[in-house]
Amino acid sequence: MNAFSCQSARSFKSVVWTAGLVLLAAIVLAVASLLPESSPLHASAFVVSLAGKYLAYAMLALSVDLVWGFAGILTLGHAAFFGLGGYAMGMYLMREIGARGAYGDANLPDFMVFLSWKSLPWYWCGTDHFAWAMMLVLVVPALLAGVFGWLAFRSRVSGVYLSIITQALTYALMLAFFQNGFGFGGNNGLTDFKDILGADLHAPATRAALLVATGVALAAALLAARFIVGSRFGNLLVAVRDAENRTRFLGYRPDQVKLLVWVFSAMLAAVGGALYVTQVGIINPGEFAPANSIESVIWVAVGGRGTLSGAVLGAILVNFGKTLFTAWLPEFWLYGLGLLFIGTTLFLPNGIMGLWRPTKKNDPEEITPEVSAPEGEHP
Amino acid sequence: MTEALLLDVRNVSVTFDGFRAINSLSLALKPGEMRAIVGPNGAGKTTMMDIITGKTRPDSGTATFKGHDLTRLDEPAIARLGIGRKFQKPTVFEALTVTENLLLSLKGIRSPFAVLFARQSSRERERLAELLSLTRLESVANSTAGDMSHGQKQWLEIGMLMGQEPDLLLVDEPVAGMTDAETMATADLLREINKTRSVVVVEHDMDFVRALGVPVTVLHEGSVLAEGTLDDVSADPRVIEVYLGR
Ligand SMILES: Nc1ncnc2c1ncn2[C@@H]1O[C@H](COP(=O)(O)OP(=O)(O)OP(=O)(O)O)[C@@H](O)[C@H]1O
Ligand SMILES: [Mg+2]
Repeated sequence: MNAFSCQSARSFKSVVWTAGLVLLAAIVLAVASLLPESSPLHASAFVVSLAGKYLAYAMLALSVDLVWGFAGILTLGHAAFFGLGGYAMGMYLMREIGARGAYGDANLPDFMVFLSWKSLPWYWCGTDHFAWAMMLVLVVPALLAGVFGWLAFRSRVSGVYLSIITQALTYALMLAFFQNGFGFGGNNGLTDFKDILGADLHAPATRAALLVATGVALAAALLAARFIVGSRFGNLLVAVRDAENRTRFLGYRPDQVKLLVWVFSAMLAAVGGALYVTQVGIINPGEFAPANSIESVIWVAVGGRGTLSGAVLGAILVNFGKTLFTAWLPEFWLYGLGLLFIGTTLFLPNGIMGLWRPTKKNDPEEITPEVSAPEGEHP
Repeated sequence: MTEALLLDVRNVSVTFDGFRAINSLSLALKPGEMRAIVGPNGAGKTTMMDIITGKTRPDSGTATFKGHDLTRLDEPAIARLGIGRKFQKPTVFEALTVTENLLLSLKGIRSPFAVLFARQSSRERERLAELLSLTRLESVANSTAGDMSHGQKQWLEIGMLMGQEPDLLLVDEPVAGMTDAETMATADLLREINKTRSVVVVEHDMDFVRALGVPVTVLHEGSVLAEGTLDDVSADPRVIEVYLGR
């Protein structure tokens, strides 16, 4: 438990720094991208969208760390919420295309015309309004997480079983979104976006603004997460993580405690997904692939579980590595990722953030609540 | 039976996979009373506490506390009714500090949203100071609970029990692993607590039970074997047989 106890004041000062750095980096890059191309400091569109993608992934990692690091819920399905947020944003961006699509239908997105649909499915209604779409970004994942979490936590599903059903959740969504009849473009997903709020998505200024928006969102998410884990609720989360039964005998309902942080985390992931889509320009069912959720857990493990800053650091570094690696030895990336995970688990149990924190002598075990701390009296 | 009982457990039975751990057990406690429960290993002492706190549902029998049917309530509801429990194996939140452990225990805020926006009140600060001094943990108030000695953890858990301000405390083997001096200090502490609250304490340590100086209930194979003062029950031939016959 000592990995966590050494930061027992749990003030998470580093989180404020991380939030500041993220914001600064986003602004600097955005400004650099607006410099004339002849300038040596000019940042290309490629770099800007790459940075935006990293920051969106960092948001996903942060949401994973909130539930895994602090509530002991090893989620292997958080990409589900990221993907749903992405699709909600994608719906709006599709509608923005309007009559400029290949089929020139002002009302129906291309793929619907292609399927010879006559009208929009009901759940696409209102998605041409940005505000409504943003509400969907937050509410749909929150509802799904709410129902899922309510059922799982109330029936006291935890540990490996919970991990497996989170994985099943994202897998089921992937299969559903692959269906053409589901109304989200099937295989190809949603793409060919033109503009957002009337601004051309391919214009440098729009890209710069989106990068800054992502930086702002991530910084705000970091501060919100810090507020949560630094509050009395954060102590309660840790208590639930380490000795869930004990909290019941104090009069707390751990299922409700977990549900609250779980739903919030799903919303964070969704915002990350929405920002991701604006900068990557496509969302397809592949985003729900189980491997994506597992990768996000690895980012957190590499950066340092239960530190918030580590999640952001891990997501950015590992994805940077992935960008380099896939350009260089694409077929070996998965092996590299696997080795990285094993190496981290063996040699850096507290991730990169663990290098900063002096670990105490006789550090007994890494926290894995489902394995340690049996609370009952009976074996 | 005219006098109102605080806790009334009647003819309760529990079977685990065909093994009858509790067999038609009855136990009654008046407000303000302290009771010691003794009995050999496996007698069902902990299981009895599991039933009272809602962890285990009895197969038959009734359990009421202040008139509420305990068999219909879950653990948090029972805890909020005013029953606090110290576990046989001390369970404190190891990653939190002593003060943070106590703060979570304090009676009051329990809904997750309220906890999220809770700010420490001056009343809570006073309570924390009281509890720290009661349990003699002032000097380690900001240390991590996981770093405490076994005895300190036991006391911290008793402190957390007090923080809940329960009407009834169930204390399972509080002096296991304590030195003699700590054991006697714990007896004093429980007697002090008993001035304002009812207590059921399970313990194997007879010196400790003697120091408590309260009525004793002997449990054996899931039911009450004898009840009375420590001297009476230890002179009871059936009790002697249960203890020596092993
Ligand atoms: N959940 C359970 N599943 C199966 N058997 C159980 C369970 N709970 C208790 N038992 C059994 O019931 C019997 C009574 O156990 P209990 O823990 O109540 O005894 P105890 O009096 O507290 O003993 P000790 O002094 O060793 O703490 C034991 O034989 C135990 O193995
Ligand atoms: Mg026991």
